[in-house]
Amino acid sequence: MHLPDGSPQPEKPSTESTPELPELGILGINHISAPVELRECLAFSDQECRTAVQELKKRPEISEILIISTCNRVEMLFTAQDTNEAIKNLKAYITETKSVEESRFESSLYTYCGSMAVKHLFRVASSLDSMVLGEPQILGQVKAAYRNAVNNRGTGVILNRLLHKAFSVAKRIRSETGIGDRAVSISYAAVELARKIFGRLEDKAILLVGAGEMAELAVEHLNRIRSTGALYVANRTFEVGVDLARRFSGTAISFGEIGNTFKSADIIISSTGAPEYVITRDQVRPVMRQRKHRPLFFIDIAVPRDIDPAVNRIDNAYVYDIDDLQDVIEENAESRRSESEKAERIIEEAVLRFDQWYESLDAVPTIKQLRGKLDAILDSELKKTLQSMDRLSSRDIQALERMNEAVVKKILHDPARFLKNPGSHRDKSLYIDLTRKIFNLEDE
Amino acid sequence: MNYNLVVICCYLAASGGYAGFLFLQRNIYNRGAYALILAGFILHTILLGLEYANTGFLPVRNLHQNLWFIGWVLAGVFLAVRPRIRVNILGVFAAPLITLITAAAFVTPNAPAQAQPELAGFWLVIHVVVIFTGEACLALACGTGILYLIQERNLKVKKHRFFFKRLPSLDLLDSAGYTFVAVGFTALTAGLITGFIYAHQVWGHFWSWDPKEVWSGITWLIYAALLHERLVAGWRGRRAAVLAIIGFAAMLFTFLGVNFLLEGHHNAFTRW
Repeated sequence: MHLPDGSPQPEKPSTESTPELPELGILGINHISAPVELRECLAFSDQECRTAVQELKKRPEISEILIISTCNRVEMLFTAQDTNEAIKNLKAYITETKSVEESRFESSLYTYCGSMAVKHLFRVASSLDSMVLGEPQILGQVKAAYRNAVNNRGTGVILNRLLHKAFSVAKRIRSETGIGDRAVSISYAAVELARKIFGRLEDKAILLVGAGEMAELAVEHLNRIRSTGALYVANRTFEVGVDLARRFSGTAISFGEIGNTFKSADIIISSTGAPEYVITRDQVRPVMRQRKHRPLFFIDIAVPRDIDPAVNRIDNAYVYDIDDLQDVIEENAESRRSESEKAERIIEEAVLRFDQWYESLDAVPTIKQLRGKLDAILDSELKKTLQSMDRLSSRDIQALERMNEAVVKKILHDPARFLKNPGSHRDKSLYIDLTRKIFNLEDE
Repeated sequence: MNYNLVVICCYLAASGGYAGFLFLQRNIYNRGAYALILAGFILHTILLGLEYANTGFLPVRNLHQNLWFIGWVLAGVFLAVRPRIRVNILGVFAAPLITLITAAAFVTPNAPAQAQPELAGFWLVIHVVVIFTGEACLALACGTGILYLIQERNLKVKKHRFFFKRLPSLDLLDSAGYTFVAVGFTALTAGLITGFIYAHQVWGHFWSWDPKEVWSGITWLIYAALLHERLVAGWRGRRAAVLAIIGFAAMLFTFLGVNFLLEGHHNAFTRW
């Protein structure tokens, strides 16, 4: 199984203060690292997400926790003093609640720590890590996961900040690059193609095979111009199919019934995560006669593909996969590569800024900045005062300056001690962040 | 002034208009071209009417007159169906075809027709008009068939170049083609029947194995097969389009090829 490159162990920040600042980590699987069967086993429902956040938050090894679970990925985002310990804990939790042996998912998991984790989350939220680059639903899903974590008190200063940054990065990428248009234009292109085949789409029946962000988007697009046609949903997990069918007011069918549904369906949208073809030429050929050779339009959004390209050779059957749709768009659009490069650059920049903020969360730089601020205030006040006191000797002035230094030192003594060690099991980042806010210390 | 030439110029200008519409996709070209065909058709009608009034015969007695007449029928059929069938681009096929036929008529010598008393009468007029109308419809069916194949090819190979945007949906082309074949076939059948009746009146038998009759029969069978398969087995799309083109080729042979290659009683008025 191919793992996205780089799961480096974090560089430990300097350990001068006890306890250390909690560190950020991500444990996850996605559509690249794991096959659909495994992802379905590990997926968390909304309810499971809630209980998981509540339970994991109680564990002393984990300071903050957030779980994103969609049909293409499960991401567990956390901060912990010891990331290795936390990862071990999370794996154990998965094994326990999902009753899946660790050996089954171990090799499909990826872990990122520190700024790699930041980058990964930014890429996920801005849909650069999606099966269909730029699909818009993932941001909503991340937002929902965050809301869930906040409601269950799973997040603290670091994750709050990180998620808000992630949202603004995603927004920025959406508005500044053409990435977002791509997914929309892919489903738009699919609709346009359907129009060129069927003319009127109002009464055309749709079969949705597998659930996916992009497929749902395409259905939504089609539903805007469809009124009377039927909608069938086939999913490997029947319950998921039932949910989806209810959402689009369609009918859920079992995976085995797909072949029979070709008789009545006109547009088939497939986006399962299956590694092999789900729909083959031999399945489609005999049906064409039964459906009196009315055209069939297959839209294959899955990577790897679900529909055997040989189906396209059957008369009146048209198969378009995601690359074909992309080509359709690109015939009069500029290349998409530069767009994703632009997006990656925005992410690099945001990661850098987040890292700076994160490092500033440490007690030492905060105290340093605080001292700098106090010094500056006292200095300027002293200067103002000295202007009206021209009889003072230079020795007097030096004495006053020394006094200022002592004042600063004494004021800062207790806060510094507290910030360096706010007490066991207390979230240091919370107090540091509070301090920074109270004194309005700028992020560098 | 040669009014025939004016008619041809109208059709030619309309062809240019449709070409402009094809490339520039401006509706004004589409409507202008339609108006030009209409203008040509009106003048064409007047000319034919005058000729009929002068001679008392339907002017279909030699190849020149035949072509001139079928150009008129095609223009009439096109003008009649175009507002009902939403295939704007059909004019791109029809207008040049009308121009070609009328131009061919123009260059074909109009040999003085010898008076043949049997070539008159109600059934003959019906026979000729109905069968030409049917042929015009089937020509348009062939046109939509060609457009269908182009569009189908576009969709299959996923190269959406020049024609993809400009051609309507497959479904529309397919159903338009079906309508043309259905109407054309009906007219063809009616034309053949009136032909039999006329033959019975003139020669005393319905069917005389005249090559034109045989080839008309073959053409008729092709279209009958097409319609049968469509209604029973649901043949549509590419196969229907291909068959419509084959049928039209057979019809062209019936109309022209038979005249030159084979002998028969139609010869007298279809050759120069």
